[in-house]
Amino acid sequence: MTTYGQTVPETTVPPRPQPVPQQPRRLSGVRTQDVLALVGALAAALCTTGLLWTQVAPFSGFIGYVVVTWFLFVLYYGVLVSFDHDRPTVRDRVVSVVVHSLGALVVIALGFVIVYTFSSGWPALVHLNFYTQDLRVTGPLSPLSSGGIKHAVVGTLIETGIAMGLAVPFGLLTAVYMNEVPGTLSRLVRTVIDAMTALPDVLAGLFIYATLILILRRGFFGFAAACALGITALPIVARASYVVLRLVPGGLTEASYALGSGQWRTVWHVTLPTARSGLATAVILGTARAIGETAPVLLTAGVSEFLNWNPLSGPMMSLPLLAYISVQSPEKTEITRGFGAACALLILVLLLFTAARTIGGRGPGVLTPRQQRLRALGSQRDLARYERMMLARTAAGQTGYPEEEE
Amino acid sequence: MVSDESAEDRPISLFPTQPPQTPQFEHEPQIPQKLTGRLSTSDYLFRGIARGGGVLVLALMVAVGAFLAYRGTQALRRAGWSFLTTQDWDPDGGHFGIAAILVGTILIALVAIVVAVPLATGAALYISEYAPRRFQRGLISLIDLMAAVPSIVFGLWGFFFLEWRMTSLSRWLNDWLFWIPIFKVDGVGRTETGPLATFYTSSTFIAGVVVALMVVPIACSIMREAFSQAPAGEREGAYALGATRWGMISSVVLPFGRGAMIGGTMLGLGRALGETIAVSLIISPVFIIQPHILQNGTSSISSTIALHYAEATPFGLSALFAAGLALFALTLLVNFGAAVIVSRSRSGAVSEA
Repeated sequence: MTTYGQTVPETTVPPRPQPVPQQPRRLSGVRTQDVLALVGALAAALCTTGLLWTQVAPFSGFIGYVVVTWFLFVLYYGVLVSFDHDRPTVRDRVVSVVVHSLGALVVIALGFVIVYTFSSGWPALVHLNFYTQDLRVTGPLSPLSSGGIKHAVVGTLIETGIAMGLAVPFGLLTAVYMNEVPGTLSRLVRTVIDAMTALPDVLAGLFIYATLILILRRGFFGFAAACALGITALPIVARASYVVLRLVPGGLTEASYALGSGQWRTVWHVTLPTARSGLATAVILGTARAIGETAPVLLTAGVSEFLNWNPLSGPMMSLPLLAYISVQSPEKTEITRGFGAACALLILVLLLFTAARTIGGRGPGVLTPRQQRLRALGSQRDLARYERMMLARTAAGQTGYPEEEE
Repeated sequence: MVSDESAEDRPISLFPTQPPQTPQFEHEPQIPQKLTGRLSTSDYLFRGIARGGGVLVLALMVAVGAFLAYRGTQALRRAGWSFLTTQDWDPDGGHFGIAAILVGTILIALVAIVVAVPLATGAALYISEYAPRRFQRGLISLIDLMAAVPSIVFGLWGFFFLEWRMTSLSRWLNDWLFWIPIFKVDGVGRTETGPLATFYTSSTFIAGVVVALMVVPIACSIMREAFSQAPAGEREGAYALGATRWGMISSVVLPFGRGAMIGGTMLGLGRALGETIAVSLIISPVFIIQPHILQNGTSSISSTIALHYAEATPFGLSALFAAGLALFALTLLVNFGAAVIVSRSRSGAVSEA
């Protein structure tokens, strides 16, 4: 304490606390008790189910075991978490566990379908003749070293090719129509396309059967199957393309209109090129769908063991149909052959899908570096052209930019 | 602002006696401008061709329905209303109807939807909300790829792998839930032992589960798309108010994606109703109404068409076309329902904030 006048008042500075070394707070991460709760619940569930299965009741079966274990696990986990936390947190944790296991289940199940198909078809896939022969001399009892799926691969490629040749132009046209020409009819077309996407594939086959096969009376032929596949692929192409076209930035099309171009020129020079990668994806996904359809080809293409290059006459085999027919045989080799055909089909779909991902990974208007370079070069050429024209005009005694020549 | 210029001219006073006058403009009577432009010839042509494409699609759809109806008339006329109530399928004997196969179709589709919707919703939520960022793209690709996998592949898997492994689950369900009518299986008691698996194969349940696996990727990718578009502002708002992750999902993401959930479900239902190959591989056809989903034997419209078209007489074919028409009507109904529901929902709309 000091009294006034005796000492000079001094400022007291509160002692600065020693700087504590700062530790970043952990915003996420796993705490021990969470792990313990999970592990504990899992152990308890496994044990309880084990007891149920072996001691209490005469249950059996692996799938049932897993299902019951899972339900008990969720229950125990909820109880364990509720020791430490309040109600909303418990709910959050339980839902999190459920969602994680559902996601894992879906991914595992879907992945397993592919793995199972490949592992079952592998014995057929390793034989080279599987790709280079058809089944004309091969009976159900022949070993895998004889006969192959060449006729089905050729048939599938021809049928799908023709189908896409029909479906892509009309699909794109319909997508452009839905995007560019508004009105009641356009809305109706959109609804019908939506409904058509879910048109059962067997009905497309039945329709072509009623028209092309029964009216022409020429028996089964590949072109009919192509038409049926085209009908299933058309709405998919149209719908996916429409979604992509809608994403084209309005600024681009408006700029085109502002420069005085008409609707047709805008669509052809701005909208479609901008959406090119997305449109490619739409087409490829439509192809992937068409290539795997079985029911339409079953009703329209007929079954054959021979290689047939002509889509206009004679039955034409395709991969899904070969798989479907072969696996109904009681012979083991024939079933393996069917799985082999399914594998070939899966490989085709995988290739198409990878292509779609590679081409269509970018949004509309986003260019690859190569495209950007090309675009820049094009601009430079345009600039040079304009300058040459200017020079020519100045030499001729005229001023100002000339009208663009058609 | 127009009044700024005149404000500079006025003497500035701190206490204005009267409010500043806003300048008056004389308004000319406005004539609405005509905004319709004249289309050039090429644009007329373009619109015409585009409209032609749209009309062609409409015509195609109408033609499918019309041809099915036209070809099915013969059978429909013979059968009359009994077409809807008869269970048997014997067109040449004059005794046929879609009662059994329609119920079978719907039951398979319902089983598929009941299995698929929780799976698809869970997987969609997992991918859009829970999955680590670096796995997200891969998972999206996987689901989209699975949506493109041919149905025959699922059919083979169901026929050769799943069918015999599912029988134990079927039996378990029957043992313990037999008091629920749909889980009952005729002729099998709980105490019975022996080779009972054949009672449970080729059932509605197994076909439904396989179809469900086909439907999951389709429904999942639609739902995920909508979930991932839920507005960030609202998500953060929910977190800021103290919501847990599930609180945020249930109050923001799910309401936002409800339309897509219903739409995806309906689209999946459409697929499930029409699924042909996987179903005809798995089921063993019987033509009686089979409400016991665990029991061997059921049938569906599309598998009936696929299995019978080859050896059908002209009249039998006509009956198949009539059945196809029923399937056509059913899927159209489901799809228009889906379209109406989706268009009424908020899904995909951007929030105000």
